[in-house]
Amino acid sequence: MTTVLPGTPGDAGAARAAEAETAQTRAETEARTYGPAFDAAVAADERIEPRDWMPDAYRATLVRQIAQHAHSEIIGMQPEANWITRAPSLRRKAILMAKVQDEAGHGLYLYSAAETLGTGRDELLDKLHNGRQKYSSIFNYPTLTWADVGAIGWLVDGAAITNQVPLCRCSYGPYARAMVRICKEESFHQRQGYELLLELSRGTDAQHAMAQDAVNRWWWPSLMMFGPPDDESAHSAQSMAWKIKRHSNDELRQRFVDICVPQAEALGLTLPDPDLRWNEEHGRWDFGPIDWDEFKAVLKGNGPCNEQRISQRRTAHENGAWVREAAAAYAARERNRTAERDRTAERAQGSQPEEVAAR
Amino acid sequence: MSEPVTALATAELALADDALVLSHRLGEWAGHAPVLEEEVALANIALDLLGQARTLYSGLGDEDELAYLREERDFRNCQLVEQPNGDFAATIVRQLFFSTWQELLYGQLTAHPLATKAVREVAYHRDHAEHWTLRLGDGTTESHTRTQRALDALWRYTGELFQPLPGLDADWAALRAGWDERIADVLGRATLSVPEGPREGGWAAGAGRQGLHTEPFGRLLAEMQHLHRSHPGAKW
Repeated sequence: MTTVLPGTPGDAGAARAAEAETAQTRAETEARTYGPAFDAAVAADERIEPRDWMPDAYRATLVRQIAQHAHSEIIGMQPEANWITRAPSLRRKAILMAKVQDEAGHGLYLYSAAETLGTGRDELLDKLHNGRQKYSSIFNYPTLTWADVGAIGWLVDGAAITNQVPLCRCSYGPYARAMVRICKEESFHQRQGYELLLELSRGTDAQHAMAQDAVNRWWWPSLMMFGPPDDESAHSAQSMAWKIKRHSNDELRQRFVDICVPQAEALGLTLPDPDLRWNEEHGRWDFGPIDWDEFKAVLKGNGPCNEQRISQRRTAHENGAWVREAAAAYAARERNRTAERDRTAERAQGSQPEEVAAR
Repeated sequence: MSEPVTALATAELALADDALVLSHRLGEWAGHAPVLEEEVALANIALDLLGQARTLYSGLGDEDELAYLREERDFRNCQLVEQPNGDFAATIVRQLFFSTWQELLYGQLTAHPLATKAVREVAYHRDHAEHWTLRLGDGTTESHTRTQRALDALWRYTGELFQPLPGLDADWAALRAGWDERIADVLGRATLSVPEGPREGGWAAGAGRQGLHTEPFGRLLAEMQHLHRSHPGAKW
């Protein structure tokens, strides 16, 4: 390493350049040394753990994906919480509150998983609040009737499960383990959503119509949850090579449609797609084109609720600032009090031998 | 709908209404809490309370009829639990007052099947509220001020908690003494003062138990009951 004297501006520039070069050289050396072991572990379906070496881009992709997933749980509380105070029976109210509570819990697991990659929850929340990290586009649609709560459970949670079950085998250990816990609870929510819709579908004419209207509004946005088509998906190939992702967007979307069609029939509800037909040759359901312009508009922040969702999240965070400050101040004071007690105890102990010696 | 026939049933209806209404208020916090851990905690307390309400209602009749089809004047909850959430300090103070009362009361009702089950839940609620009272009272100047303000504002609704509910086998004087002692102890540790204002008289004492509520309660019920009432006879 060249020794650079600090102080002169030219030399500071040179120092920065030398530092950057050193960092890059170190990264290259590390990649040469540890890269083959990383690749071999991924190929052998072994789990990568927080202390293991990993390529910077692997780390960055995981942070992006896990953070986005955590943010989706947190923002996803809003459309459903919108109905907690209006739930039409005490049983449904309890189920809905428990579900929204689970979502906050999922957010917590996922932020913890992201933190194992060297980032912090506060930093990730800041990025959510200033729009630098995204959340699932589906939560930018409004919940207009009680049936929307059922449609979200059946379709949105259903799509999430289809996406997330393969993540239980994701190459990054902490993420895979979080997904095992989350998927169990999500399947439970999905069954409850389905059951809610079934009750409405078999209820009065007005209830049936409410259920059908909700399915009509949530079907296409749910299909968009699998992301852009394979030929337009920016991160897919690399994520699949790293075994973060196990199946392509289109593959998972097809799997979801094939599961939903018979379920819709059992519900006594129709799916809003005139092109939906059974494809005998391929043994699957063919479906109509997705409105990708709408998808892009929602992703860009121009969906029906983007503004409202982020603004509520920011407001909750800002309104809570004084509470978090109080908790921090109290904790600091408690630490001081404990330290003071320890010092007093030490002094008391320290004086003991002298007394003994004096005697 | 039939009115409860025994004194015990009337008292149980009051306890159920307390739990339902406070649970509803806590449900309004979902998605608005200051930290994620509090989203979980507040929802958890709301769910416990809703569970208590459902258990009590089910012993008295149809839980949904009782929750959704009674008018404001028929509800027997105390006025404390219907108070709007306000800021986090107001929510915590309301919870501290109520949970401390509930824990002491349920501790006395050893023969009541609900109390034996719920006493552990309410001990958790009280513990949660107590810890937050300490953090807020002994936190920053702002949190201290807000919490003292909440204590002063909600104090007038605490007298009602000690109006005897006939039918319940409880020692109300002991309940009051125990509550005063516990609250004074927590507030002292939190560097807060026990308010000096009146706790009863006029509308503030026993009014909710007679179906006389504060103005925000009507809107709470309008929101809670609207959907259920819009579809008479429907199942959900």
